[in-house]
Amino acid sequence: MSVIEFRDVHLALGGRPVLSGVDLNVGAREFVGVLGPNGAGKTTLMRAVLGLVPPSRGAIRVLGRPAARGNPAVGYMPQLRGAIASMRLSGWDFVAGVVDGHRLGLPFLGKAARAEVDRALDLVGARDLARRPLTETSGGERQRLLLAQALIGHPRLLLLDEPLISLDPHHQRAVVELARSLQGELGITVLFSAHELNPLLGALDRVLYLGRSQAALGTVDEVITGPVLSRLYGSAIDVVRVNGRIFVMSGHHDAERDDHRHDAPDGRCGSSGAHAHHA
Amino acid sequence: MLDYDFMRTAFAAAGVVAVVSGAVGYFLVLRGQTFAGHALAHVGFTGATGAFLVGVAPLWGLVLTTVAAGVGMGLMGERLAQRDVAIGLVLSLALGFGLLFLHFYTAFATQATALLFGNVLAVETGTVWTLAALGAVSLAALAAISRPLLFASVQPELAEAKGVSLRLYSVLFLAIVALATAECAQIVGVLLVFSLMVGPAATAQRVTSGVGTGILLSVALALAEAWIGIALAFFTDWPSSFWITALSAGAYLLAALPRPAWPRQASLLSHQALDQPAPSLTPRKR
Repeated sequence: MSVIEFRDVHLALGGRPVLSGVDLNVGAREFVGVLGPNGAGKTTLMRAVLGLVPPSRGAIRVLGRPAARGNPAVGYMPQLRGAIASMRLSGWDFVAGVVDGHRLGLPFLGKAARAEVDRALDLVGARDLARRPLTETSGGERQRLLLAQALIGHPRLLLLDEPLISLDPHHQRAVVELARSLQGELGITVLFSAHELNPLLGALDRVLYLGRSQAALGTVDEVITGPVLSRLYGSAIDVVRVNGRIFVMSGHHDAERDDHRHDAPDGRCGSSGAHAHHA
Repeated sequence: MLDYDFMRTAFAAAGVVAVVSGAVGYFLVLRGQTFAGHALAHVGFTGATGAFLVGVAPLWGLVLTTVAAGVGMGLMGERLAQRDVAIGLVLSLALGFGLLFLHFYTAFATQATALLFGNVLAVETGTVWTLAALGAVSLAALAAISRPLLFASVQPELAEAKGVSLRLYSVLFLAIVALATAECAQIVGVLLVFSLMVGPAATAQRVTSGVGTGILLSVALALAEAWIGIALAFFTDWPSSFWITALSAGAYLLAALPRPAWPRQASLLSHQALDQPAPSLTPRKR
């Protein structure tokens, strides 16, 4: 059974087409990297899978059912997270606030719910962050707590929207390795969007590359080629491989890097700006 | 001090309001909407002075306008509720209208001061019951929505994906804030609502990082500041609102000061001690 199924999906945001007639299937236990230039629709695609952006045409099925809000089997790590760094809340309470958060009542957790929080924190190795306030955590540590939030509710599909943004290469590698090991350990499907392909290379099963309302899904060797990317970028693209790393070149420029040069790293303004571009 | 009727009334009224303000304020600070709470109080001033004009008790004018403004702010959306310029303009316009209403009804100059800066010693016994009823409503509403409200505050995008309506909880919460603000204005006045709504909550969040302990501490601080403030006002004959604001600011300052004996700072010091013998930096003499 496919975990995500797009049939002739058309997505639009504010009248601007984001996807036009896209068909794709993501299977169980797949680790899929979602790539593409700014504004290609990486965030919108994830929000559509969550049921937050209904397709204007076509159908999206998630785990065999039409995409709809409130699916407990789908975990999500959103890209907008500027305000979190200024919250004076402990890591434990930050994750605990997500457990059964849609139910009315007081936010007191029972024994099972507390165990669930501890489990999620253990899975991402964030037990030591539980007592510390968010204001005293680093970007990499906050990323782990956000991942723990996404794991609440035993999801079978994990959508991670730009987890590498504003992290240095060392922390980027740690996040990718963590996501990959969680995927294997829990036997779940992961969609992982990123600016650049290279940090993900070792972890990927397949790549979902978006561009000009089109999408290409396949292995790195199938998708990261001159002809496929030229179609998605709408201009001549060369793919250069150097020492196991892959560069997507438009003329003499690195297309992936140039596209994202304007992204501010962290903070509310920065990430909301980046968010708008991605939409 | 408790032999006087007006003192007993003052303590009761301040007690009710402090409990409500402490609890509501915690979420207000957590959501970063403190300025919105401040603005609601100013809008309430228009309502209260307007109530004078038409001959209604000012508390009801306050309640009506703050709740209407709170719901309006919530409907305009999360982002707008945090826009400083729009809120700033609305609150000064509200104060301007309040002034205009006072201008038409000049007999109430002392009432205006009481509205702006509060006069808890002048609260009537009947008002305490009204405050208690309004407080019970806002606390019950807050308790009912606190779990999804916490979720929506901590991680709005995930909450939305999990089926929590951000707008609904934003509207409900700001309506609760509006009620609390109207109550609070009875004790410390519309201009000083910050001292009971935001001060204790912000102090509590500096001291503790748990949600439950934070709310309890916020309530306890608000209660202590309100009651000690009134007691000090009794003994010094200075305005109670002054003492409450002073205590509120003082408590926050104490909490915000860097603490001396922290393990982390101790380790920082030991690092410095390790760094100190840095022979490579000092030029050697032959």
